[in-house]
Amino acid sequence: MLDGFLIGLETAFSIKNLFMVIGGCIIGTFIGMLPGLGPMSIIAIMIPIAISIGDPSTALILLAGVYYGAVFGGSTSSILINAPGVASTVATSFDGYPLARKGKAGKALTIAAISSFFGGTVGAILLVFFAPTLASFALLFHSAEYFALMIVGLSAIAAFAGKGQVTKALLMTVTGLILATIGEGAQFNMPRFTMGIMDLQSGIGFITIAMAMFAIPETLFLVLDPSRSETKKNKDSEIKDLRITKKEFKEIFPVISRQSIQGFLIGVMPGAGATIASFLGYAVERNIASNEDKKMFGKGSIKGLAAPESANNAACTGSFVPLLTLGIPGSGTTAILLGALIALNVSPGPRLMIDQPDVFWSVIISMYIGNLILLALNLPLIPYIAKILTIPRTYLIPFILFFTLMGAYIGQNNATELLILIIFGVIATILRFASYPLAPLLIGFILGPMLEDNFSRATQLYDGISFIWERPMTLVMLIISLLMIILPSIKSRFSNKKSF
Amino acid sequence: MKLEKYIALILCLIFILYGYEAFFTMDELLPPILKRNPVWPSTFPKILAAFGFFISILILLNIEKNEVNTSENLDYKKVTNRSYFKVILLILGMVLYALNLRYLGFILSSFLFLSFSSFLLGERNFVKCLIVILISTISIWYLVNEVLGIYMNPYPLFLKVFI
Repeated sequence: MLDGFLIGLETAFSIKNLFMVIGGCIIGTFIGMLPGLGPMSIIAIMIPIAISIGDPSTALILLAGVYYGAVFGGSTSSILINAPGVASTVATSFDGYPLARKGKAGKALTIAAISSFFGGTVGAILLVFFAPTLASFALLFHSAEYFALMIVGLSAIAAFAGKGQVTKALLMTVTGLILATIGEGAQFNMPRFTMGIMDLQSGIGFITIAMAMFAIPETLFLVLDPSRSETKKNKDSEIKDLRITKKEFKEIFPVISRQSIQGFLIGVMPGAGATIASFLGYAVERNIASNEDKKMFGKGSIKGLAAPESANNAACTGSFVPLLTLGIPGSGTTAILLGALIALNVSPGPRLMIDQPDVFWSVIISMYIGNLILLALNLPLIPYIAKILTIPRTYLIPFILFFTLMGAYIGQNNATELLILIIFGVIATILRFASYPLAPLLIGFILGPMLEDNFSRATQLYDGISFIWERPMTLVMLIISLLMIILPSIKSRFSNKKSF
Repeated sequence: MKLEKYIALILCLIFILYGYEAFFTMDELLPPILKRNPVWPSTFPKILAAFGFFISILILLNIEKNEVNTSENLDYKKVTNRSYFKVILLILGMVLYALNLRYLGFILSSFLFLSFSSFLLGERNFVKCLIVILISTISIWYLVNEVLGIYMNPYPLFLKVFI
């Protein structure tokens, strides 16, 4: 482990990779601040560039930097203009925006930056201990267990989709899995469901689906609902005053410590992710606060701001545990990162730590560097970064669409891919209108080939599906996933009856 | 019927068509030796089609009560016709961009797409807009082509004989 760690340290601290993490954080922060653009869209747009770099460590370091920057940027726009670009920063705006309205925008941004830094740092430290343990355990897994584990992951993502959303999330997951079967799979060497279209022989590119699911609907929503991209200007003096007092730091320190650990543990669970971590963090802190403090929640409480921010960042780090050790993405963002890894010929899973320790450890170390950079570089730059909010939508929307189209073209180099992107982008927009969650579709699409591969191997090995009951771990995992899907539906059914 | 049910119905029909191909036509081309395998190329799609059909029926029958409308979503009935019109034109612009990228080259097609979209969204300071777009397009082409080394044909195809 120590050898791998040292290799990772050397890789992460190379000049090129340091530039990548700095660049990623800055790009992520800038774009993440733009209303309506979340980390998923930004990473999807950045993937063709990352893949063109070629070196998996460098590419992943760049994307991890972008991810952290985007999460931090999202918090900045939540605080300054009450425009959370993504669900995970909604809880930040509960107390961040009231603080900004009280003329304490700079203070709120500092608290957010410090909380994010602590959350990310604690997350990175826990990741160092968690990941190898989980990876060594996962080495015991065979294709049957992998198949069951992927089913658990997909079910968890559907189960956490929210009340009344489980069936919709499942439908999206199946749609994603079906899209993944289009083209010539590696296993069977024959084209499937291509409808005679030559360009579909190699399947649909994951970058195309990722951008169609996130970047295009979000941008079209900015046109359909102009209020989403409206910006309310803060006075420069309010943003420039970044100081927090010793008393305030003492007040938020226990909150940050608790939420960093809780957020990380939530992030590790597939499907839970940063959104649940931030809301749960906020709710827990409000419940345990003294009556006096409780009254302040929602009106500009610094504890109410620190809780979701630290939980959110720790959960982002935690979500890398299942990705790097099991090859299972826990969220839409990590699903996109998984797609990027596969495109770079890296197979995430328990063997990653042994076969490519430089990739594994350099990513973990770069997370810590990323957090440090976000704190050291972005904090003094906040007043200047905030100027990006003044970009008029007449430039913002065309350029986002342009980068999206360009990303898909660079990835596949054919115009058919652009048309597929536009068609799926329009479909995704309609799906969003009907409140269908889109992350399960992308996760299903990315996990589809691996799921089928493991299922086929297990079936061939056992000459049928007897592996389900012959391997206890597989059976237990499949029962867990069944319960995860059925229980929320039953609960929802009961609450439905009660309401009549 | 709500929009979500229309979508479930369309997906249900897609699953039926998908399932039809998986169950009835796909295995016709399979070599006899592969038919001895316990897993065929159609095995996984058959499971998916059946499962997808089942889930879409659950949504159509409203088995799970739906009350979620997160802040990230938008009520399509509240969107103005003018906004829809703009979105349709934007999509049309993207389609034209996709179809003409090869023929017009990266710089010209990108310039036209960006100028059209900016104009459509209300930009009226033409000189400033065209200058910003031209500089950005050329800079992005330079960055992608020269710095990142990803080839993007900058000129229109019909000019290639002269260059």
